[in-house]
Amino acid sequence: MRKEFSQNLGFFGLFLCMAATILTLGAIVYFIAARGLGVLSWGFLTQAPRSAMTAGGIAPVIVGTLYITLGAIIFALPLGLACAIYLCEYSPKGIVVNILRISINNLAGVPSVVFGLFGLAVFVKFFGFGVSILSGSLTLGILALPMIISSAQEALIAVPQSIREASLSLGASKWETIKNIVLPTALPGILTGVILSIGRVAGETAPILFTAAAFYTRGYPKSIFSEVMALPYHIYALMTEGAHPDKQRAIAYGCSLVLLFLVLFISGFAIFLRQRQRSLHG
Amino acid sequence: MKIFHLKEKLYKWLFTILAFASLFFLIGIVLVLIKEGLPIFHKVSFSKFIFGRFWYPTYSPAEFGIFPLIMASIWVTLGAVIVCVPLGIGSALYLNELAGVRQKAILKPIVELLASIPSVVFGFFGMVILTPFLQKVFNLPTGLTALNASIILGIMATPTVCSIAEDALNYVPNAFREASFAVGATRWQTLTRVVIPAAGSGISTAIILGMSRAIGETMTVLMVAGGAAVMPHTFLEPVRPMTAAIAAEMGEAPVGGDHYHALFAIALILFVITFVFNIIAEMISRRFRIKLGLSG
Repeated sequence: MRKEFSQNLGFFGLFLCMAATILTLGAIVYFIAARGLGVLSWGFLTQAPRSAMTAGGIAPVIVGTLYITLGAIIFALPLGLACAIYLCEYSPKGIVVNILRISINNLAGVPSVVFGLFGLAVFVKFFGFGVSILSGSLTLGILALPMIISSAQEALIAVPQSIREASLSLGASKWETIKNIVLPTALPGILTGVILSIGRVAGETAPILFTAAAFYTRGYPKSIFSEVMALPYHIYALMTEGAHPDKQRAIAYGCSLVLLFLVLFISGFAIFLRQRQRSLHG
Repeated sequence: MKIFHLKEKLYKWLFTILAFASLFFLIGIVLVLIKEGLPIFHKVSFSKFIFGRFWYPTYSPAEFGIFPLIMASIWVTLGAVIVCVPLGIGSALYLNELAGVRQKAILKPIVELLASIPSVVFGFFGMVILTPFLQKVFNLPTGLTALNASIILGIMATPTVCSIAEDALNYVPNAFREASFAVGATRWQTLTRVVIPAAGSGISTAIILGMSRAIGETMTVLMVAGGAAVMPHTFLEPVRPMTAAIAAEMGEAPVGGDHYHALFAIALILFVITFVFNIIAEMISRRFRIKLGLSG
């Protein structure tokens, strides 16, 4: 009897934890959706901000986010993929791989604001790119690198050794095997990882604080050397700067909803793809 | 034939060089932090910097004591741990031991999805919803407090802790559970005396990585912790954790000045803390895999 009672009590406790986790996070999404939907309109998504950020839309802000995110992935994808290929296909096992693996793990754990300082010191000041799309993209790219490497690595490891050997035994060289056999097989897994990191990069704020973001720019960014408005920074700035807190707050709700929708949609898509790949391959 | 070999070698070298870029960036970050951070120690001694109780970087004469900032980070992180460890580990145990196949197939992706909510959205939620609520409940002059930051950070770290702990529980071989059932243990006894101890080091990895995420988190604490750079006395006062100080002050610190260098020095200390956390987590998880007979 007592055994059963404590078991039921314990299991109920675990159920409560699960419920609390889902409900709290769900409540956050719900609150922002409920209050943000009222702000959202076609004009909000397609116009530029007006009257000192208290009216108009956030179109340039959305475009800015897309530019920085795209730039980050263009930079990080080839580097990350090459690193994963080296680690899985070429590297001699042992100390070199371990050092690389540990440094990738640690790079993944570096606080995002530290990436921001690195970007400020190196890209903004040392290379003289200034506060710009380029600096922000490079900074976010370094942040995305470990994510892309580890997901690409996972996808490459999942490729069965036997089909590599089959290709090699037919006389294909190592590079031909990688290019024609291994990469196409691993492609879906690699893509999933890339999409996931796009979602993460799009929502990052701290790295672009000093490297790319501005509270207000006139119109759309003109080149990769111009400052941009970006969704995550815009939310922060609307809540902490400017002279009309109440009107800005409404716009901040709208921005939060757009960002939340963007990120959850991208990540949800990636998680859905991965789920399907796993069930296909058992 | 010769050209063929050359091409192969070329590709191998290309990948090798690109692969070391990540190592290069990590070293680059360390070097930049050291180069830009160390000059502050010409002005203040290392122990005065760490243990100094006054952070007045813009006064003249300026004071660069980051002890209040370090304490604020520790308080807020510990507060977050109190929230995220029971929730995260409890959820992981529920997912792994109680949820059926279909329930798990729905819940696990949801937890992963919620892990991707950007930190600035959490900060925004804290500002507009939790802040007025706490202010009313505790009758405070401001709702932007260490408590607020702890709760938001804790909620934020929960999915991370849950996912990593769930992975660790997955590694526990089913034979362990079956052996326990075979000698007459109940499911609860099996869970508390066999599964949790077996997954213990994996679960502690989850907690350490959750802490590492909380201490390095910037936007949420910048938005909801209140920003007062004084020694924290209670959870109901505004505080300024290290990350918030860097993010809030870097914009106005003149490049190359003492304040600028001091902020880089804070980042260096932050980097060292998270680096140590990650190394510990790595070591524990490696031992865990060896203990369960999995390849490192």
